[in-house]
Amino acid sequence: MNQRITAILVLLLAIGAGWYAQSPAHPFVQGLDLASGAHLTYRADTAGVEGREIDERMLSLKEVIERRVNIFGVSEPIVQVETGRGENGDDEHRIIVELPGVTDVSEAVAQIGRTPQLEFKLGVLATTTPVKPAVPTLATTSTSTANNSELTFIASGLSGKDIINSQLQFNGGAASNEAGVLVTFSDEGKAKLAEVTGANVGNVMAIFLDGEPISTPVIREAITDGKAVISGAFTPQEARDLNRDLNFGALPFSVELIGSQSIGPSLGADTWARSIKALGFGILAISLYLIAWYRRNGIIAAVSLAIYAAIVLTLFKLIPVTLTAAGIAGFILSLGMAVDANVLIFERIRDERKKGVSPKEAIEQGFSRAWPSIRDGNLTSLISSVILYWFSGTPLVKGFALVFIIGILASMFTAITVSRIFMRALPPERA
Amino acid sequence: MWVYNHRKVFYVISGIIFAASIAMLSVWGLKPSIEFTGGSIIETRYDGAVPTQAELEASLTEAGFTGFSIRPAGDASYIVRTKPLSETERQAITEALSREGSEVERFNSVGATLGAELISKATVSVILVVLAIILYVAFAFRHVSKPVSSWTYGLITVVTLVHDVLVPLGVFAALGYFGGIEVDSLFITAMLVVLGYSINDTIVVFDRIRENLNKAKEAKKDEDFKELVGRSLRETIVRSFNTSATTLIALTVLFFVGSTATQYFALALGVGVLAGTYSSIFIAAPLLVDIAAGRGKTNVL
Repeated sequence: MNQRITAILVLLLAIGAGWYAQSPAHPFVQGLDLASGAHLTYRADTAGVEGREIDERMLSLKEVIERRVNIFGVSEPIVQVETGRGENGDDEHRIIVELPGVTDVSEAVAQIGRTPQLEFKLGVLATTTPVKPAVPTLATTSTSTANNSELTFIASGLSGKDIINSQLQFNGGAASNEAGVLVTFSDEGKAKLAEVTGANVGNVMAIFLDGEPISTPVIREAITDGKAVISGAFTPQEARDLNRDLNFGALPFSVELIGSQSIGPSLGADTWARSIKALGFGILAISLYLIAWYRRNGIIAAVSLAIYAAIVLTLFKLIPVTLTAAGIAGFILSLGMAVDANVLIFERIRDERKKGVSPKEAIEQGFSRAWPSIRDGNLTSLISSVILYWFSGTPLVKGFALVFIIGILASMFTAITVSRIFMRALPPERA
Repeated sequence: MWVYNHRKVFYVISGIIFAASIAMLSVWGLKPSIEFTGGSIIETRYDGAVPTQAELEASLTEAGFTGFSIRPAGDASYIVRTKPLSETERQAITEALSREGSEVERFNSVGATLGAELISKATVSVILVVLAIILYVAFAFRHVSKPVSSWTYGLITVVTLVHDVLVPLGVFAALGYFGGIEVDSLFITAMLVVLGYSINDTIVVFDRIRENLNKAKEAKKDEDFKELVGRSLRETIVRSFNTSATTLIALTVLFFVGSTATQYFALALGVGVLAGTYSSIFIAAPLLVDIAAGRGKTNVL
């Protein structure tokens, strides 16, 4: 009686899982080849930077690019740092950008890869116009302004490359609640900054973004700590804009596009539709085969297979696993292999029955004798999948390996537990 | 038993397949996709008027592209393959290829370093998997030392592995030569799956042999090794057949109904699974007996 109850419980659970698995309210996470979109691989030019600083800067590079990407309003973009091998065997530091649903790649690439020219230029006064107060200044504290229409600008040697960070700051000025931007320079930048500001107190140091001056503070004193606050007559919005622009310019490394993939929307949708269709037909075909070959036990196996599918698909949604075409193919493959465990068990049960063992006992013996073979057989597939996962070159392969591993583990589980529950619950087969 | 008695036939068949595959591979080689060589692929679908290949070639040359190849894909699409493209070049080529009602289905550009890296990753993976499997088999069969040592099982495993992988490789060498079918990272994946999977079948047979050997040892009943192996085969052949059958059903469905991206993946797997089943039954088992006989061990105890 307990067996029956357990069996019914399992069935209900499976139906629940099945409903969840097919419910459009909880969608699968689709990889790019299904959802369509763009996948970009950038190489960061890390020449001249050592060891740990590379990692720090790569992280800040990732953040800058993330910010740029977020401006497009792409849903769930992915930006990742990756280390690969370059041409001469050195480490190559890369940024991977994935933009699901973005089909016009050009705009994205233009924004991301752009190395905006951020320059600090010294303003040389054509005439000695008295400097009016209360204007943005470049100093460790604030204030002052300049009328910059008579200025000509020369390069100071400082650029966006020298900035590591820029952030909004309030209360930085002489007046409280003043909006300002705190800029942090790199070590090299710090030295240059100290030199330039030391030699040019009283002059204007203009900040140019892509050739346009965005701010023209006056140098009040030499800045030696590598940190400068630009503040003064900024509205908070202006400060925010300046901060954003500085960050745009503060690409710690320049990047080069070395790989790009884009999948158009119709191909993505088509791939998805066909993969789902193959899944459905696959389950159907295998079930028919099982029933034809094993008769009543075949029906149990088919039900067990359906439950397996429901469980695994639910797992895919819960974890979540990013599905790709290869991933779904891997799932379909694991369906075929999942049946293997059932087949083993049935064969063993048949063997036991032939020996004259009672049907009930045969079931138990069948399961326990089959287990070592099931375990051994799936182990090698597991080994190769795990290796595949760790060494995979592309996300496509990684997706496949993960699906396969989950599939194999789940198949072992369902064969041993689910099938057994059902077989115990049903009246014994006549010999 | 039947398989063993006719083993010469099977050895010869396998020998021919071996030789043919190796020949095809050396002469034709495999066609690597841009994932390995670096380069770009752009597939454009033409919903409006479909241009001729010559027309497209002209557009491309006009736009300044050289060293490209165009291939029709289905009725209304073309696949253009060329060197890796920068972003501006990509826009230019998209321009050159676009017509009224055309859409870029997919675009893939891989720089040369990425390609070389993938090749080395793939090689490492394959080597690791093969090593892992050999070690695993030798370990799993470590207690079986009569009448053949556990390393023999490992050795035969290697032979069947090589066979199981050579067959799909040969097939794809032929497909590459005649149909221009390329070998990509999914193909490598398929081979690794075949490696892991085909061993299953071999292990099933070896497992049964081991079990019967243990039974014979316990019952102290001597027997012709050949007979024991034959019996083990008979006992497991149904299972091997059914497992392969369901897997092949799954793969066939995938091939015909599934997406084009995974079609050749399914084919590679299917060929590998077939080869795996064949080698486990018709090669591995007879080899075991022959090696034992070669060492003078014809009996179980």
